[in-house]
Amino acid sequence: MSAPAAAQPYKGALPKPTPETLRFWQGAREDKLMLPWCEDCGQAHFYPRALCPHCHGTRLVWREASGRGSIYSYAISHKPAKGFEDKTPYVIAVVALEEGPRMLANLWLDEKPTPENVRIDMKVQAVFDAVTPDITLINFRPAGSQS
Amino acid sequence: MKGRALAAIVGAAETDRIGKLPDMSRLMLHAEAARKAVADAGLRLSDVDGVFSTVAGPNELSEYLGITPRFVDGTGVGGCSYMLFVRHACAAIAAGYCKVALIVHGESGRSWIDMEGAGTAASPAGQFELPYGVAAAPTTYSIPVLRYFHETGCTKEQMAHVPAATREWALLNPKAMMHAEGPITPADVMASRMVCYPFNLLDCCLVADGGGALVIVAAERARDFPRPPVYVIGTGEATAHRQIAMMRDFTRSESSRISGELAFREADLQPRDIDHLMLYDAFSITPMMFLEDLGIVGRGEAGPFLSDTSQDAQGRILYPTGPGGRLPINTNGGGLSYCHTGRYGMFALLESVYQLRGEAGARQVRGLRTSLAHGPGRQFAAAGTIIMSNDAPL
Repeated sequence: MSAPAAAQPYKGALPKPTPETLRFWQGAREDKLMLPWCEDCGQAHFYPRALCPHCHGTRLVWREASGRGSIYSYAISHKPAKGFEDKTPYVIAVVALEEGPRMLANLWLDEKPTPENVRIDMKVQAVFDAVTPDITLINFRPAGSQS
Repeated sequence: MKGRALAAIVGAAETDRIGKLPDMSRLMLHAEAARKAVADAGLRLSDVDGVFSTVAGPNELSEYLGITPRFVDGTGVGGCSYMLFVRHACAAIAAGYCKVALIVHGESGRSWIDMEGAGTAASPAGQFELPYGVAAAPTTYSIPVLRYFHETGCTKEQMAHVPAATREWALLNPKAMMHAEGPITPADVMASRMVCYPFNLLDCCLVADGGGALVIVAAERARDFPRPPVYVIGTGEATAHRQIAMMRDFTRSESSRISGELAFREADLQPRDIDHLMLYDAFSITPMMFLEDLGIVGRGEAGPFLSDTSQDAQGRILYPTGPGGRLPINTNGGGLSYCHTGRYGMFALLESVYQLRGEAGARQVRGLRTSLAHGPGRQFAAAGTIIMSNDAPL
């Protein structure tokens, strides 16, 4: 199913940013995938935390990530969550970002998703879905397809 | 029996009814299970001095039962919380902190009478899982499965043998919710309605109301109680993540591996020493992955093992984990065909106890000495493992 256009009101669950995730959500509104990086061990992590989950350091800086990744795994839901009825069936994917961390997101396709057109390790690119004036959700499309 | 007994299970019971119980609140289910387990042990509720419960907190449950325990545990890690409670009860008894531990489960999973709502929008799951159409467990447990198939070569068709084999046990269990629904084949599983690919309907557990409870005392007291004792001889627990996207390796459950290793080490046993397995089947994938995580089969071997079927003289499929098979698994009919309240771990433990006591009726596996009950909590986040024996300790 295609990405929700801004015209269709979003009816699904909305995130409520917390102090340590705020920069991520602000970045999303600016169409940027911002990740926290650890200055001690040099690794990025997701979801954003107040300490590095790899080395437990607290010297964290925000940097913009490329938005490129691949499908680590996925499922295709035929039983919609509240607000996702008109998108069903839809892909819930875990994307391995080029920078290392993984994030859960929807994968939007221009056709109905099937086990044949959604593949493990498929290359994907982040897209920015402004679902409300305050919240933009970061999802993905197959790399090379129109946003 | 090698090693020593950590404690003895002297009371085990479940609610008279399981399934659709709109006349039973969450606390009524707890209370019925508690009363019955304590009676099974020949005790009174006033004899209980340790309370272990999560769907009703220990405060709430003690108040409802009118008791004042001196040891409490409200560990809530999902379905395997009950395995953790058994382990914690052993530790509390060994430390001298309580003498009669009561572990209680009750859950109005289907009728939802006084059950809690979802987490907050500000929680990590609220921010990074729920906005993407994640709904109930089928949309999270399903996510690692394709990666597991991709890396091990196991297939959806092999996975479909799990519900089929488990249904065979339910046909022998009159209390099982699917007892009268007849056998299913792996092809039937794959033809059932799609829920969240790669899970069809028959790959998913039931949704039910019900409850159960256990009474645990020091091992040396076991012979003072009326029922055949079941000894806890090995325990394990671990937790690795909460959201499915944070599972480090989708093809192996780290928490299961750690928990199983701890239990086998404590029991001084190997996987091959286990006669009977309860591998919490929230979905068909879970027993499949646990067989590998616990070292019962090697990496990537679960699929071939489960699908190594034969046929009887009437052409009926015989499963290696089903009745008459070489490794009985989920002999009550499992979460897939017996019942599943939401946190099924207690029912897995109960079936281990019934089988080791010799009380399993038509589904009794003969000659059992050891049983292992293992479960996950919330999409492989946590795990708990309990190894039990009916052999008298050294």
